[in-house]
Amino acid sequence: MLKDLVFLGTAVFTIASAATVAFSRNILYSGFALLGTFAGAAVFFILLSSDFVAVTQVLIYVGGVLILVLFAIMLTSKIGDMNITNRSINYKIAIPLLLLFLGMLTQLMSGGSWDFGEEKFQSMVVPIGNGLLTEYLLPFEVISIALLGALVGAVVIVRREIK
Amino acid sequence: MATLQSYLMVTAILFGLGLFVVTTRRNAVGVLMGVELILNAASINFVAFAHFRGNDVAGNMFSIFIIVLAAAEAAVALALVISLFRQFGTIDVEEATTLKG
Amino acid sequence: MLNMVWLVPILPLIGAFLNGGYSFSGKKLVRPLVHTIACGAILGSFLVTLLTFIHFLGLPSEERSVTVTLFSWLNLTNVKADVAFLIDPLSLVMMMIITGVGSVIHIYSIGYMSHEKSYARYFAYLNLFCFAMLCLVMGSNLLILFVGWEGVGLCSYLLIGFWFHEKKNAVAGMKAFLVNRVGDFAFICGTMLLLWSLVSVGQGTVTYTELKGAVHLLTNQTVMGFPVLTVVTLLFFIGATGKSAQIPLYVWLPDAMAGPTPVSALIHAATMVTAGVYMIARLNFMYSLAPDTMNVVATVGYATAIFAASIGFTQNDIKKVLAYSTVSQLGFMFGAVGVGAYTAGVFHLMTHAFFKACLFLGSGSVIHAMSGEQDMRKMGGLKDHLPITYKTFLLATVAIAGIFPFAGFFSKDEILWHTFNKEPVLWCVGVLAALGTAIYMLRLVAMTFFGACRADEKTKHHIHESPATMTIPLIILAFLSVCGGLLGIPEALGHLVGWEHSNLLESWLEPVFAGPHHEVEAGHTMEYLLMIFSLGVALGGCYLGYTLYTRRQDIPERFVRRFPRLHRLVENKYYVDEIYQKFIVDNLLRLNQWLALFDQKVIDGIVNLTGSITKVGAFISGWFDRVFVDGLVNLSANLTLQGGRGLRLAQTGRIQDYLYVVVAISLLILFWRFS
Repeated sequence: MLKDLVFLGTAVFTIASAATVAFSRNILYSGFALLGTFAGAAVFFILLSSDFVAVTQVLIYVGGVLILVLFAIMLTSKIGDMNITNRSINYKIAIPLLLLFLGMLTQLMSGGSWDFGEEKFQSMVVPIGNGLLTEYLLPFEVISIALLGALVGAVVIVRREIK
Repeated sequence: MATLQSYLMVTAILFGLGLFVVTTRRNAVGVLMGVELILNAASINFVAFAHFRGNDVAGNMFSIFIIVLAAAEAAVALALVISLFRQFGTIDVEEATTLKG
Repeated sequence: MLNMVWLVPILPLIGAFLNGGYSFSGKKLVRPLVHTIACGAILGSFLVTLLTFIHFLGLPSEERSVTVTLFSWLNLTNVKADVAFLIDPLSLVMMMIITGVGSVIHIYSIGYMSHEKSYARYFAYLNLFCFAMLCLVMGSNLLILFVGWEGVGLCSYLLIGFWFHEKKNAVAGMKAFLVNRVGDFAFICGTMLLLWSLVSVGQGTVTYTELKGAVHLLTNQTVMGFPVLTVVTLLFFIGATGKSAQIPLYVWLPDAMAGPTPVSALIHAATMVTAGVYMIARLNFMYSLAPDTMNVVATVGYATAIFAASIGFTQNDIKKVLAYSTVSQLGFMFGAVGVGAYTAGVFHLMTHAFFKACLFLGSGSVIHAMSGEQDMRKMGGLKDHLPITYKTFLLATVAIAGIFPFAGFFSKDEILWHTFNKEPVLWCVGVLAALGTAIYMLRLVAMTFFGACRADEKTKHHIHESPATMTIPLIILAFLSVCGGLLGIPEALGHLVGWEHSNLLESWLEPVFAGPHHEVEAGHTMEYLLMIFSLGVALGGCYLGYTLYTRRQDIPERFVRRFPRLHRLVENKYYVDEIYQKFIVDNLLRLNQWLALFDQKVIDGIVNLTGSITKVGAFISGWFDRVFVDGLVNLSANLTLQGGRGLRLAQTGRIQDYLYVVVAISLLILFWRFS
């Protein structure tokens, strides 16, 4: 019962903050609202017994990505005219497209059987650690290299030309 | 209440909002936020499916990889945004249309 | 010795190339070097010929015919022709004359041309001529003969026009060349026809030795209704009339006197002009099978003899007189071969080479002494100033007049004797011509050497005997003119002193002219009578000529006054040149104009029409190209362009527009996959 309440609250909070991200006219507000979304997602992960992923989410998204996003906002906009920095366009195309998409997903979810039996709660840290060093070792290494490459590339792109 | 369908519903809404942001925002950082929303929705979906299929490791793995890639993507995208700003003096994607044919 | 015989023509060729290159290089002229090369070359040839001759003397007469093959020239299916030399008694006689008389004249030229600037060029031409002439007589087949035939024509042209700075000389050279061309055309036609008909009977050959065995196959062949052999031999004879200056193609020879006098002696008296006689003698086996041609040859020969002799009376240029005399004597030779007396023809050819060369060289000596004056009316009384020239000239004159026992007597008498047996009418003509010869030759001698000197003082002062290089050749030739006749003492005379086979030349040439012998109708008595008669004619002619032009000069003058028209006619050489000019040359020029007009109007018209048609075709094709081909190309290009223009619209450069596409396609996939 408690679990359901927490789920419902988290869902409302997450969707609300995501909507703020989507509809706020101030990019800075959008950035802070994104924090709420990430946090909600972390709660969802806990509810889904993926404690490791939840911690990772908080660490990386909130501690890394969000800070980067905020930095980018600060670097590229003047604080003074912050309120007009987040204009949107093309509602006429985007909203029907969105509705169509949602409709289709709803259609998909409503059909077929989604019952997989009793849900079980356990810590996923140990299986994930085992998996990363055995079955998923190669993807793990590949994604490490990719991350390194992306970071180096980001530095290269953003640095000024040394004349 | 907290069934698979409800998780799917929430993530669908999240995804839709992300898509809306991506397609309508003129600010490049805003577009990037939309992408983060989409990625989070997908990530939650993976974990949800994994959980309801008996805590499958693969779903968690996917989620972790998505987080890592999102970080990489954010780093590169933000570098691009800075670069874009330097080039055009703005980060409005409507303005940066030099690839127009 | 025979393996060296190729040296005979090659040595003069080398000499010609050396001197020609020397002349062309423009280096400083060293006269001794030039004439050493030239005379050395021809003397070398003479030596080799002489050695060959001696070698032949040791062989039995059947073996005196050797073909020396140098290399294969033409090797076709139907006909083969080698570059090969046929050495037999006839070609040896000719080689002896060419190299012997040639050597003498080369030596003479050293003195005669000593003031000439183009010394090396002169000797190069002279050597080249010897080479060509030797090719002509030594060649073992008709093609080599033709090469030599053309070669001597070329050298003749070059040497007549040697002093080409004067237009008169250049024109004379051109005339000789063009007139010869007429004959040469007939000659090559004859060769073609002969070859063609021989191939048609399966015996295609041009080699004399094979021809000899093959021509009898042609006796029943005809071409356009005429016996093929008659046509071929007539064509050859037309060629001979060109080269050997017979009616109607003799006109070039008097003009050819424009060349240096030694050239006149070598080419236009001793060797080249006898090529026709040699050719007929060489092809005697063919001519014997064509009696009609033989009659034509004999008639033309004697007609030329009397015709040219008559012109000789009225000429005042010393060389022109000799030129007409040459034409006349050549007529005798053709008369001889025309009646089948080939040996007599060759005999006269030989003796004529001696005394006519001597006469020409003597006249050259006179001209040299007279500082280039050739008009006999301005000479006279030279016998004291030029004793050697006078004596040798007189001996040669006596020889040509036909006084016993000089060379001309034997050869001319043999010809007349054979003619008498065959055709008494022609004999009468021959005797008249011989009488004429004696008279005009004595006239020449009288006007030049006797009487008072009519030259002007300046020329008179310069008169001097020629140097030894000129007088020694004169003496040699005079000696040959005196003794040359002894090679052909008639059997009848030999019989008197108990010497059978006294006619050395006849027995020497017998293998070549072996054929049906003419039956001697009249006996020895007749022959003696004729001899005495012709001797009387010659003596009478000499006396007449001497008297008329020394003591009784009033008689010819009165004759001229009595028959002014006749005199003018003869003096102007019967207007033959003018007639040729009017009827042939002018018409040819007119024809040329017509042809040019035809060319301009018709040929050019056709060409232009073709051009126009091509132009129209090109225009149509160009139009098609422009409209259809280019249209297709442009259409594809335009399609691409328009397509690109259309697709460009999709390329907005705005990321979100692309994103719409992504989303829309994702939707489509979902829709297609799950519903």
